[in-house]
Amino acid sequence: MGGFTGILLLLLSTILVNNFVLSRFLGICPFLGVSRRVETALGMGFAVTFVMALASVISYLVQYYILVPLGIEYMQTIAFILVIAALVQLVEMALQKLVPALYSALGVYLPLITTNCAVLGVAIINITEKYSLLQTLVNGIGGAIGFTLAIVLFAGIRERLELADIPEAMKGFPIALVSAGLMAIAFLGFSGLV
Amino acid sequence: MINEILWPVAALGGLGLVLGLGLAIASKFLSVEIDPKIETIRALLPGANCGGCGYPGCDGFAAALAEGRANVAQCSALPHDNLVQIAGLLGMDAKSGEKMVARVLCQGDSENCRSKYKYSGISDCRAAAAIAGGPSSCPFGCVGLLACAKACPFGAIYLSDKGIAAIDEDKCTGCGKCAAACPKNGIVIMPKKNNVYISCRTTYKGKSVTSICKAGCIGCSLCAKKCPQGAITMQDNLPIIDYDKCTGCGVCAAVCPRDIIINNAPADKTAVIKAEDCIGCGICKKECPTGAISGELKAVPTVDPDKCVACGICIEKCPKDAITLCDR
Repeated sequence: MGGFTGILLLLLSTILVNNFVLSRFLGICPFLGVSRRVETALGMGFAVTFVMALASVISYLVQYYILVPLGIEYMQTIAFILVIAALVQLVEMALQKLVPALYSALGVYLPLITTNCAVLGVAIINITEKYSLLQTLVNGIGGAIGFTLAIVLFAGIRERLELADIPEAMKGFPIALVSAGLMAIAFLGFSGLV
Repeated sequence: MINEILWPVAALGGLGLVLGLGLAIASKFLSVEIDPKIETIRALLPGANCGGCGYPGCDGFAAALAEGRANVAQCSALPHDNLVQIAGLLGMDAKSGEKMVARVLCQGDSENCRSKYKYSGISDCRAAAAIAGGPSSCPFGCVGLLACAKACPFGAIYLSDKGIAAIDEDKCTGCGKCAAACPKNGIVIMPKKNNVYISCRTTYKGKSVTSICKAGCIGCSLCAKKCPQGAITMQDNLPIIDYDKCTGCGVCAAVCPRDIIINNAPADKTAVIKAEDCIGCGICKKECPTGAISGELKAVPTVDPDKCVACGICIEKCPKDAITLCDR
């Protein structure tokens, strides 16, 4: 499959079938940390989307124009981390300037995108799957949209959980983890889609 | 061999350099201009984040101050020097803030106040107070388990050696956290300049009080009668000081038979009678509210400096102007 259909299928599969949070289990930290309210979850989703899309493309360029010609592919992890860290700094600065409210709402989770394994994950998957530059971009954006979708849906569930009558022992994180597991099972239903 | 080391170092170093330069340029364009006033004000604030000002912590208060939304006097924890500095930065009037302190209105320590039962539950006033009003037989008394001290962000409250809460007024900033934590409402925030205050809250009648506490107000109203300014009135068996009238002379504290009126600024002067001018009329002895002057008619009276509070009434009343105030 090539061309437009292939790209569309890749997008759909990264968003739904191979959802980074719910089927690859990457990026669980912000998924649980920033999912208390839908607005902040959405903001986090956009910040991650930006970082993931750019990180995919730049890490692709770094891989094929620096690491491979020099024969130092084994430096992949550290080089990618470098790229991601710089990008997160950039996003942080941009948010502080442009959306200060979101900046303070995201708090410590914003610099923690640096260590969000979904971002490094997408960069490395792009390489191991031998995607082209376009596919890499689509995979990055798709993965990030999948992350945003999962975290926003989850935040919606958690907002409702706040009001629910939950047994004392299950309040807070226990019920959140159970709901996350149920969401993952629900997303399993998409596996036959592509 | 050397290439295997050099290339990765050069590649990653170069990558880091390019990214770093990119960030440096970006920081020029995306730099947020934080009002330098906020930082300066924040550094002068106490930093306890007590929330007493009504803003989310000292950072929020500093931002509100810089934007002119708040008054510096809202921070009761601010040392006076810092207050003046901040007010100067903002071009505000520094006098609006008055130094407030918390005061424990109870003298019912282990020596004075009878216990109802021995409490051995959770070491917290609120838990103890939930059981029949607490172990102290006085329903107004200090429980002595230091809920106030735990709430105090400044470490100004300690347990007196007789087992009730005591406040170090030098450390106290008057933020009011202790007053909110006390289940007995036994701590009040008042201006520090009110140096005389009544440290008992019982509204019981005299006889009931004497059976409970050796240091409880029995409502004798001697303080109200003796106050030269008429600043004390009785209400529900308790004296109330009208601080608009009170001059802080301390007569009430000196005459109180139960020693529950505290005078934080005892007089550093005492009345002295000049023998050569005195005619021995005895008016000073009659007028002295604290009974500090004694002596026979036609003789020069003597002043007991321990009882004299330097209220100045005798000076006013002496027909021969023979009395002056001298340093102790």
